[in-house]
Amino acid sequence: MALLSIADALKSAIAEEMRRDPLVFCLGEDVDIPGGMGGAFTVTKGLGEEFGYERVLNTPISEIMLAGVCVGSAMMGMRPVADLQYGDFLFCMMDQLVNQAAKMCYMSGGKVHVPMVMRAPCGASNRGAQHAQSLEGFFTHVPGLKVICPSTAYDAKGLMKQAIRDDNPVLVFEHKLLYGGKRKEKDAISTIGEVPEEDYTIEFGKAAVRREGKDITIVANLLMNYKALEAAQILEQEGISCEVIDPRTLVPFDYETVVNSLKKTGRLMIVHEDNYNCGWGAQLGSWIAENQIFLLDAPIVRVATYDTPIPFSPVLENYVIPSKERIVEEARKLMKV
Amino acid sequence: MSKLPEKERMLGMYRQMYLIRKYEERIYYLFLEGIMPGTIHQSTGQEACAVGMLYDLRKDDYMASTHRPAGHDLAKGVTLTSMMCEMFGKEDGCCRGKGGAMHTGDMEVGALVANAIVGGNMPISAGVALAFKMMKKDNVIVCFFGDGATNEGAFHESLNAAAIWKLPVIYVCENNLYSATTSIALTCNKPNPAADRAIAYDIPAEVVDGNDVLKVNEAATRAIARARTGEGPTVIELKTYRHGGHSRNDACQYRPKEEEKAWFDRDPVKNFRSYLLSQKLVAEEELQTIEKSIESDVDQAVEYAQNAPFPQIESALTDVYWEGK
Repeated sequence: MALLSIADALKSAIAEEMRRDPLVFCLGEDVDIPGGMGGAFTVTKGLGEEFGYERVLNTPISEIMLAGVCVGSAMMGMRPVADLQYGDFLFCMMDQLVNQAAKMCYMSGGKVHVPMVMRAPCGASNRGAQHAQSLEGFFTHVPGLKVICPSTAYDAKGLMKQAIRDDNPVLVFEHKLLYGGKRKEKDAISTIGEVPEEDYTIEFGKAAVRREGKDITIVANLLMNYKALEAAQILEQEGISCEVIDPRTLVPFDYETVVNSLKKTGRLMIVHEDNYNCGWGAQLGSWIAENQIFLLDAPIVRVATYDTPIPFSPVLENYVIPSKERIVEEARKLMKV
Repeated sequence: MSKLPEKERMLGMYRQMYLIRKYEERIYYLFLEGIMPGTIHQSTGQEACAVGMLYDLRKDDYMASTHRPAGHDLAKGVTLTSMMCEMFGKEDGCCRGKGGAMHTGDMEVGALVANAIVGGNMPISAGVALAFKMMKKDNVIVCFFGDGATNEGAFHESLNAAAIWKLPVIYVCENNLYSATTSIALTCNKPNPAADRAIAYDIPAEVVDGNDVLKVNEAATRAIARARTGEGPTVIELKTYRHGGHSRNDACQYRPKEEEKAWFDRDPVKNFRSYLLSQKLVAEEELQTIEKSIESDVDQAVEYAQNAPFPQIESALTDVYWEGK
């Protein structure tokens, strides 16, 4: 076992896959300029030295090209792992992701596949509205894409390896405040955790139960999973027992783990930093309502970022993003229903 | 470059051009009769671009087409029957009925699924070329696009990347003067929207008569040689003209009649036919035999496609993700 941050776990996953398979390469703006940062968050720093700058390809600031090059090279059998620094820039490459990467397999009648990984740092971190969004929900709406969101070092390495070996386009949402890399972020949470030295992968579509409980099922991803765990500690002192589930991957989604939990608790709270309207929680909520409504003893509660762009002022940002206080308050209300 | 004797090469090119012409004509009538579903964007009048560019590619080289793909696909070797079946949405279509008129292609012969987002195939082609380079293969890719695509960000981002990484890609602009119904002169100040801009990216560019298959083929030969030997990308701008409208409902009322007449007189198929006869490379009777045989192939493909089964409806839910085959 090694103790790694998420940033180092991701780096180690990419490096091990590059050693294992000569078709894996990484690319992106500033992905590893000597003397640079290694992407915006140090994940790819130093890879160029080991693998050379043909396999660690620094690109122009051309998001359409970056995504298109991933699609084209992937169709020829390469396995690109791209970093676009901030998930917000995904919008600059939407055509290549949604019209191209996601549809190639289908449009060709299953004759083409696109094994590519697009890494998108996400989450609010005092950078204002265009370097802050949590966009997972957008991409869960696109048939043909897989969407994952690792929140621990162990998951980061296992899910990244699985993403690189997957034969479909995979979007990886990595939270800026969870990296724990050398680039220090205000309000960051330490995610240093034990990571096996030996090769392992984590299957997509398997949620993790982070804490067991019997009164409320809280499903929360990325940073919000940590906030939910903090809230659960406070609630425990008040006699409210929360089971906290981390979905880990949004497409495919592990409904079964949520259903099994609801059989115990009968109450569902969904927490995400993605904003409220049509966030991924809306899908989970309606799926439960459609398929398992008789497991519920109370209405489903969604705690999400308010439907605004992310404001800069830390006071405002803290207000719109779900806090542990908001989770606690909503949980108390839910127990009174 | 192929070492076929002159006559065989020339007749090979003519065969492909005539096939594209007859294929598109037949598709047009099937639409007028209301027999064929969907929409059409036809390449009639642009046959020399497809055939001249692709004639000397190897089977393991690639080609990326647009929403007007039939000529490119047939010239790259996608079978007539699988094209026709795709047009009818049949199981035997080259994309098993899931692609349609704007997404024909077949990886087995190096024809990427055609791309109906203007400029969408350009960064993908850069990626294909990057893969060739990383895998140390000497393959090349020809990427077709229209004049309208030169105003897309994807054009500029792709050309820049191809230039800095010296990618084995040949970007071919089929400049038919109109982006759908808008004259390219209204949307670009440069007379050669692709070639003039390529220079800014340090990419060699040629402007070529796109209705002369031999001139197109000569330019292709130079560009393929450059790409194959690691010298990097080339931009070729082919001046050409659609005989029909942008799509099935377009009567071309925005095009001056004199302009149309001038271009129709420079019909690439008819002119190449006259050239072959004038050079005494082939006799009239021999050409007629070839033409009849192609017409019969097209008839048979239509008959086969019309009688072929539709896909099972359950197949609509497969191939969203690739699970290994």
